[in-house]
Parts: sequence; structure tokens; C-alpha cells
Amino acid sequence: MISNPLHQSIPMTSASSAPPTINELKNIALEIRRKSLITIHGAGSGHPGGSLSAADIVTALFFGGIMKYDSENPRDPDRDRFILSKGHASALYYVALARAGYFAEKELATYRKINSPLFLSGHAHPKTPGVEIASGSLGQGLSVGHGIALGTRLDKKNCKVYVVLGDGETQEGQIWEAAMSAAKFKTNNLIAIVDYNKVCQDSVTAELKDLEPIEDKWRAFGWDTHRIDGHNMQDIVQTLNLPLHADKPRVIIADTIKGKGVSFMEGKTAWHGVAPSDEDLEKALKELQ
Amino acid sequence: MKDGATRDGYGAALIELGEKNPNVVVLDAGVSDSSRTQPFGKQFPERFFNMGIAEGDMVCTAAGLATTGKIPFATTFACFLLGRSMDQILVSVAYSNTNVKLAGTHAGMSVGEDGPSAQMIVDMAYTRAIPNIIVIQPADWEEARQATHAAANHIGPMYLRFGRAKVKGIYDSSHKFQIGKGHVLQKGKDVVIFATGIMIQETMKAIEELKKENISPTLVNISTIKPIDAELVARLAKEHGAVITAEDHNRIGGLGDAVGEVLLDNNIHVPMKRIAVKDQFAETGTAEELFEKYGLSSTHIIRAVKEILPK
Repeated sequence: MISNPLHQSIPMTSASSAPPTINELKNIALEIRRKSLITIHGAGSGHPGGSLSAADIVTALFFGGIMKYDSENPRDPDRDRFILSKGHASALYYVALARAGYFAEKELATYRKINSPLFLSGHAHPKTPGVEIASGSLGQGLSVGHGIALGTRLDKKNCKVYVVLGDGETQEGQIWEAAMSAAKFKTNNLIAIVDYNKVCQDSVTAELKDLEPIEDKWRAFGWDTHRIDGHNMQDIVQTLNLPLHADKPRVIIADTIKGKGVSFMEGKTAWHGVAPSDEDLEKALKELQ
Repeated sequence: MKDGATRDGYGAALIELGEKNPNVVVLDAGVSDSSRTQPFGKQFPERFFNMGIAEGDMVCTAAGLATTGKIPFATTFACFLLGRSMDQILVSVAYSNTNVKLAGTHAGMSVGEDGPSAQMIVDMAYTRAIPNIIVIQPADWEEARQATHAAANHIGPMYLRFGRAKVKGIYDSSHKFQIGKGHVLQKGKDVVIFATGIMIQETMKAIEELKKENISPTLVNISTIKPIDAELVARLAKEHGAVITAEDHNRIGGLGDAVGEVLLDNNIHVPMKRIAVKDQFAETGTAEELFEKYGLSSTHIIRAVKEILPK
């Protein structure tokens, strides 16, 4: 594992020891968006909208020098942890893991396919290198991340746990159970990022069940609450680089756009869980240059 | 032989484990006095997490702790542990195959006066139907203590079913509890009774009476409900030619079905009767009153034995 004095490290597969610049990260995010759509297209099913909305956040975490991890040693006990609680954005997850060196990019062709050698299921499972816990039922990841944060703290490891939540997912009661728990235990190495893309499967979030005032809610639950533009790479990296709060867990509410980067997918419920056709993919890839 | 509730044997084992294994952690959902995790919490406060009345959060937090190498015992009343956390158990524990020990206390109709919403009679059905999970119900204080140690030593998800009621000691420390092994408590010849948990007590009472009439059943303690000791069940079923099962649980999905499955899978065609809750919700009352009224008491076991024996 490579560590820098700021207690950050980058994947061993990276060529340089310094994190990429903001412009480089933006290009990586574009690449990840393209590959996510190609992966979903190849599978013939999947969730493009929520993969595209969280792409900048996931890019910053994996490639912006935020998380320390060693893809050659996925179970390194000193690693920071990443939990994709909104498990349906699995294409994004696998593309990031492949780029981080956990497995070869050619494995992405087995996404959602039977006999996938690395178990690249529609929702991730720890059989896949780099995955900590199974997902697929919304609302569980924050509690799991909290358990990991408590476990690493008991072991006196200096690990951070990053949990990416969907906005609709925070309608699940368990999110607020976990929010109360992490505040109780002062679990400051737990960092939740809400991918606030405002759109769920069948409705826009505000109509389905409004989350506002979202910052007040998290603050009232005892969290160090931040709000950023979830597509502004500078803001994302800067906020993720803030020193940990002394005794509060942190939530970063990231305003995002579902389907971000592809004009005909942006803000559309219809692109929650449908694979792009050949023609759609071609148009989308042109926009993501 | 120590008398006591199985939940007390569990609590005692947690203290022993806490002393010898720094990876053992305990979680509770706000019932630590009743569930007997409180002494562990007092002795090892940094390894005790009282998650409040939030069972799903507790189970997933335990799963997260397990991924860091901890051995979490997630504990609360069986009715809430299973009732409130089935989804979390399916995804974050069983499917993820995390090393979580689920400990449900106050299981069964024998919980009594709190009424049917507290009388968990479907937990073995729930857990038995989930891949990857081992299901254990110890028979007495000592076996509960040993089963808790065995749970800590076994890597993988497990459900431990404990009762509220104080029961008579059956085993002393010379007992060797083994996951997946049934134990013949009394060797007879006329009929084999496979019983689990508190029903060992009722069955022993029944056998005392039956012996007066020269009827001599074999009694087997099935403390691992899944994977059941299929070899033992099949062999004894064939040897005796008549089978009775006894459990403080609904007749669907628990020990009776587990034994029946062994018989079916092995083409063993012998008469069989299930002593269990008859697919109904009971009512409030003492454990004794409920067992009598709803078909679990020794009286009902005696009747079943007499009905099943050749006339």
C-alpha cells in the first residue's frame, strides 16, 4: 500500500503517486460513465440513471486520492471501505473496481450473465474482489458501514468507511436507525454520501416522499452535515478531504442529476432501470466525450 | 447439572468468551437485562453495542463488524430478531455469508403471558429456509453454554434459539455438544421421540409416566435443527418403526418438518406424529397452561405415543 503524509494513498495500479488533477478526474469520470453504459448495454439490463448520477462521487473516492486501498490485496485490514448501499448502480461499481485494478476490465462483459467468473451480479456480492457486503435491499448499507467503522476503531485502525446512499433509499427507516446509532457511538470515521439525484424508480423523489428539509434532518440526527454540487469535482474532492469531525459521523448531501451526462437520460424515471439500445448507446457515448 | 434458562447459559458463555477471545463482540436491541447480555456489557463495555430498539440496524451493524474479523452475537427477543430483521438477515448475513451469530431469546409459546405477538413460533421455519444458516436450539443451561462456545468457534452465520423459562439441568460439563449431532438421552425400543429445547423437559415427564405402563420410548435431543443429524434420525426411525417429534414452535417449518424431510428423502415409511403448535396463534397464559391447552404438554405426548404404537 502506498501512503502519503496526508494519510491518503492511491491504488498501486496507478502510475503516479500523486492524485490526479481535477481535470484528469473529470476525464476519468467521463470514461467511467461511458464504460458503465457499455457494460449495461452488454448485459441487456441494468440501471443507467443512478450509475451516471453517482459517477463523479465514485471517481473522486477511488481515483482522487481519497480512499486508501490495495487492489492487489483486497482484504488488507488497513484499507478504507467503500459500500455502495444503492446497490443497483452496480455497473458503476464494477467499472470503478476494474479501473482500480481489482480485476481485468474484460470481466465486465460477464455483468449480469450466468456463470460470471467473478460473480458480477446485478447487485454486488463479496465474492467479487473489492466488494465488502451484498446489496440489493435498500437501507442496509449505512448500518453495515457503521459496523465496519466500529470494528476498525476497536482494532485501532485508522480506517474510514464511505457509504454511498441513494436519495430514495433514505426513505427506508433503517437509514435513520443507523443515523441515530452512529451519532450515539460518535463514529466519526463513517462518511455517508447521499447521491441526491431527485429521481426514484417510478416517481420523482419529492412526490414519492419528500426528503426536505434534508440537511436539517441529518443535522437533527447528530451528523456533521455538508451539501455540495455532486457533479463539481473540485467541491467533491475538497469536501471528501476535510479532516474528520471530532466526534460526529459525516454526511455529504451531493446534489446530482439522474442520468448525468446523457441529455436524453437526465432527470428521467424511465432511465432508472432500462438498458440503452444500440442506437441509444451510440448517441450517449458521443455526448460523453 | 445446572438448572436454569438457556438464555442464562448463553449469558454465562458470553462472559467466558469475552475473557478468552478479544474478537467476540455483543450487540443488543434494548433488552440486555432480559437477554442476559448485560453482564458482558458491564465487563467489556468497549465490545458491547446496545443499538437501541432497532433490530434491523443491529443485524446489519453486526454484519459490518463481522467483515472486520469480529465475532458478533446480535441478541434480542426471538420475535423481534427474526420478525424485524428477516431482510437484513437474508442479505447482509446469510447471502453475504458474514460470521454473525443471531441469538434469539424468549422463543416459543413458553414465553407465556406476553401473548402471541411475543410468542415466537415461526423462527425455526424462517431460519431453516435460509441458505448458509445453521439453526441451533440447546436443551438446557449447560448445552446453551457449550453451543455458544461452538458458535464462536464456527465460521459462518448461525441462529441460536433460547428460551425464557428456567429448565432442569440435563447435562453436566462432561457433555460434548457438537454442531449437527443429535444426542440420545434415553434408549428405549417402542418409539423414537425427537425433541428440541424445552420440549425435552415435557418429553421426559411423559416418558416417566409411560414407563409405568411398560412403554419405553427412545428420547433424542435434536439441538441442531439445521443441518439435522440425518444419519441418526434415519437409523433410529428405521430401528423403532415409529417417530414422534416435539417442539415449542409451529408445526410448519420446524423440527417436525426437518425430521419428516429426512424420512422422505430416505424412503423411510413409518408412522409419525408431530407435537407442535397446530398452525394457530395462542393466547395469554402461563407456559404450563398454554402447553396443556395448545397441545404441547406431556399429556399430549403420552397420548401421541399411545396412538402411534401398534394396538
